[in-house]
Amino acid sequence: MAVKKIGSQTVKLLNPPSIIATASLVGPKEGQGPLGNYFDKVLEDDLFGEDSWEKAESKMLREAVSTVISRADLKNVDIDYLFGGDLLNQLMSTSFAARDLQIPLFGLYGACSTMSEALGLSAMVIDGGFADLCIATTASHFSTAERQFRYPLELGNQRPLTSQWTVTGAGAALLGKHKEGPYITHCTTGKVIDYGIVDANNMGAAMAPAAADTIGRHFDDTNTLPEEYDLIITGDLGRYGRDIASDLLKTKGYQVIKNFTDCGIEIFDPKKQDTHAGGSGCGCSAVVFSGYLFKLLKEKSLNKILLVSTGALFSPTSAQQGESIPCIAHAVTIESKKMN
Amino acid sequence: MAGYISAFFIGGVICVIGQLLMDGTKLTPAHVLVLFVTAGVVLTAIGVYEPLVKFGGAGATIPLPGFGYSLAKGAMEGVKEDGLLGAFIGGVRATSGGITAAVVFGYLMAVLFNPKTKP
Amino acid sequence: MAKRNQTTENKKYQEYVEKNAPKPNYLKNCIWAFLIGGLISTFGQFVHNQIESRMGLSHLDATNATILVMIFLGALLTGLGVYDLIGKRAGAGSIVPITGFANSIVSPAMEFKREGFIFGVAGRMFSLAGPVLVYGITSSVIVGIIYYLIG
Repeated sequence: MAVKKIGSQTVKLLNPPSIIATASLVGPKEGQGPLGNYFDKVLEDDLFGEDSWEKAESKMLREAVSTVISRADLKNVDIDYLFGGDLLNQLMSTSFAARDLQIPLFGLYGACSTMSEALGLSAMVIDGGFADLCIATTASHFSTAERQFRYPLELGNQRPLTSQWTVTGAGAALLGKHKEGPYITHCTTGKVIDYGIVDANNMGAAMAPAAADTIGRHFDDTNTLPEEYDLIITGDLGRYGRDIASDLLKTKGYQVIKNFTDCGIEIFDPKKQDTHAGGSGCGCSAVVFSGYLFKLLKEKSLNKILLVSTGALFSPTSAQQGESIPCIAHAVTIESKKMN
Repeated sequence: MAGYISAFFIGGVICVIGQLLMDGTKLTPAHVLVLFVTAGVVLTAIGVYEPLVKFGGAGATIPLPGFGYSLAKGAMEGVKEDGLLGAFIGGVRATSGGITAAVVFGYLMAVLFNPKTKP
Repeated sequence: MAKRNQTTENKKYQEYVEKNAPKPNYLKNCIWAFLIGGLISTFGQFVHNQIESRMGLSHLDATNATILVMIFLGALLTGLGVYDLIGKRAGAGSIVPITGFANSIVSPAMEFKREGFIFGVAGRMFSLAGPVLVYGITSSVIVGIIYYLIG
């Protein structure tokens, strides 16, 4: 019998690991967004001094990890495991960054759900006694994602209204046994859900059922209600996806209205920045959590949040072959105080 | 002056049809281009596009159906001159300048310039 | 797989998504497409008239020369990073003219330069425009053969 498992998909951490420090780097456009001032570093040039965008993405991830390590006055060798991933084929950015960092790596592919997946796994490994310090990290880049999943940058096409803007950014969080919060207290691992949406320009609609399923399961498993959370924030559903997820949760009997938002909605100003439905990409929930939410938790203006990063697990191949988009969402509860 | 107005009008209308196809259906720009070039070929074959070119001038030859028009017209003229072989050489012969320009200028610009990220 | 064995639940969800999806502003988009498409065509007509009168070319040769000039301009504006900005507003107004064809050749070629000049630039050049040539040329050959058979 698994002593730390509650309900069907949730883990309750008996000694909740704390998030010691975070770091966030974003591209120029994200820096001009409403959360611009919260990020540790805003790049002036999204090539970041490299000669390809893929290498720039990898460098951002490496920088985020290095920053978080130095912030805690540690060295690379002190870190037991790195949990990370990105959107590029074969986790190019993460693997290349880990080659330089020389920290044992668990490479994760959860598409844009990677941040909460990495946070959850890091917390479990620490609570299980397998590690003292872990880093959860992920990065995405508008230009690398566009060329892998969509069209060349200079092509004169129009972006549909439901389309989202991949966030250029990297976030990293250092977890360990530490006196101060915030703490990760629960994680709910999502199932792959597919309601048959094929349109890769409407990721919000594709991912909303997965988000609603995981959030609903989390409430069931932990016996909590939406109003017990200061904030329930999904990864990158965008504004249309958020509305759908909120409708779907209503059919499950959960009313989420005021405290339910989405990292993709928060990071851009759709009127000024022409980002349509909102931000997306692994980096979206990573930088919103590392840059913005973490600071609010630290200063205790938020006390309990549910971070639900959402991922669309399609590939360029599956999209071209006309397959529908399988999606996943992972939830982690982060509290500024230890409950027990 | 009348030539400019009819070019503006025909060119504009062809683009509006393309816009309606992209907004109203799930067709991507690539689908629309393929559809338009093929439509240009077929419309020329049944004799509908020629009057449009006479009336609209560049308004009918600059949009992609105009490329189909040149291909089809070339193929039909090729048949007149060279028989069955003309069906194979006529179309590309008539459009060889455009195709070569696309290859050469395309390559040149791609070598000279680098893409910039969207603002 | 989901496409072939749709459950009623999935179908219901897709209908719901379809119903609630934001609708594009057809009127605004069409006006932009009409204006930009019309302007590009008018400019083409201007180039055509200049070539015809100044260089003394035949009407057909002037048409071909105009196409050359327009392709050059489309390719240049793509290289300068202007064409995608026009396209954002104009939509089909800048996709459907031959300048858009040039844009669809230069943009992937430029983007994949890091992958080298053979497989990157040259290999990717016709990733979007190739289908246009394939279907255009093939259908013209079919038209030619039919013309031969009945003519």
